[in-house]
Amino acid sequence: MVSAARVTADRERCISGGRCMATAGEVFDQDEEGIVVVLTPEPPADLHEAVREAAYLCPARAIRFTESTTAVPRP
Amino acid sequence: MTQAPHYPQPRTCPYEPPAGYRELGEQGPLLKVTLFDGREAWLVTGYQESREILTHPNLSSQRTHPDFPIVAPRFRSQIARSLAMIAMDPPEHDIYRRFLNPHFSLKQVRRMQPEIERIVSGHVDRIIEHGPPADLVPLLAVPLPSLVICRHLGVPYEDHDFFQDASGKVMLGTEEESGGAAQDLVDYIDRLVTEQIKEPTDGLLGQLVRERVLTGDIGHAELVSIALVLLIAAHETTSSTLALGVITLLEHPEQLALLHEDPERVGTAVEELLRYIATTDLVATRIAKGDIELAGQTIRAGEGVLVSGTLANRDPRTHQRPDELDLLRSDSHHLTFGFGIHQCLGQNLARLELEIAFRELLTRLPGLRLDAPVSELPILGAGTVQRVLSLPVAW
Repeated sequence: MVSAARVTADRERCISGGRCMATAGEVFDQDEEGIVVVLTPEPPADLHEAVREAAYLCPARAIRFTESTTAVPRP
Repeated sequence: MTQAPHYPQPRTCPYEPPAGYRELGEQGPLLKVTLFDGREAWLVTGYQESREILTHPNLSSQRTHPDFPIVAPRFRSQIARSLAMIAMDPPEHDIYRRFLNPHFSLKQVRRMQPEIERIVSGHVDRIIEHGPPADLVPLLAVPLPSLVICRHLGVPYEDHDFFQDASGKVMLGTEEESGGAAQDLVDYIDRLVTEQIKEPTDGLLGQLVRERVLTGDIGHAELVSIALVLLIAAHETTSSTLALGVITLLEHPEQLALLHEDPERVGTAVEELLRYIATTDLVATRIAKGDIELAGQTIRAGEGVLVSGTLANRDPRTHQRPDELDLLRSDSHHLTFGFGIHQCLGQNLARLELEIAFRELLTRLPGLRLDAPVSELPILGAGTVQRVLSLPVAW
């Protein structure tokens, strides 16, 4: 079993609130226009809670965090 | 049938909700209230319901709509109904917001930290020179946000008495005072914009002239409207939260001790103070442009909608022990800056000013205390920006 977690951010919806970068600075940044940039699309497990919080706080609901567990076929 | 309860209501304590709000919260998360003019509007008091409605596509900020809910006579003026961004819906709102976002992003605001630290430190020097008792409203709470926004916009701070007075009247005066002060501010900003268009300087106004006015993206009148919103919004809210935050901390010594123990807690302390005080009692005034289903009821197109930050921030279904100030809590998320596309543009600047001001005050004046009973502090405001008019302290 492999756990995969993936972060995406909709730059069209972003309103530059900066809550994502303030909450999970290892995962989110802002470009010079103030728009969200995802630095780490597959963040390690110890950052998942911060990413969930960032997604929750995003006023534009621009952040999507999907956590899935997939079975890996045996060789 | 009984009449819906009145909203807004004045506070009796500067940082606690009005006594009558408990009943509104109990009747929530969505109820009808009666406004000053006798009209009714929906009031959303639940935290999750507020998040839901503030991101709903049928909620509109078009203040020119004849049925738009008005919460106090001062907001009836033409200027209040046509504010840049605040009174706009997408796509117009989003275009303006994109012009301003780079100048208020967290990244940009962090670059302003050394300058804000210098400004705060200079003001605390003057408080110490003044000696106790000192009034923190004129000595820190009012000038700090004023100086920061003036420098950021490139507006001459020499005129600060004028904008401080005019912004205060716009937000809290009578209908006549508010309309007159708004017009005075518009006339003043109109002259500044004319000067900037002739010869743009380095501040945000000059940059917007170069990037947006000279390129034809926005006109002179639009830049005046943007500058008006930025000046008013920056003055009242941060100033009030700073003063009310100091009072709240001084009235909760066990919580204040946590900050003295570890000044690095100031970031989370600011979030909790923002939640608890809810300086912007009313975080949104809107109108439904289509039906909205919320909390088992239907808000019909054309009905007014208000969102209470004070109540949403203390929703027991979301916040544990909502009425307790707890600087260490992990559920301090709040709606004081709003939610959705209209969430406060200046939120990161406000947070940084508050963090620096609290840290500097508590570090340099560890024995800070109120020099008057909290019940005697003069307060003003209901439904919009809660304000304290004087804050005498000793140390």
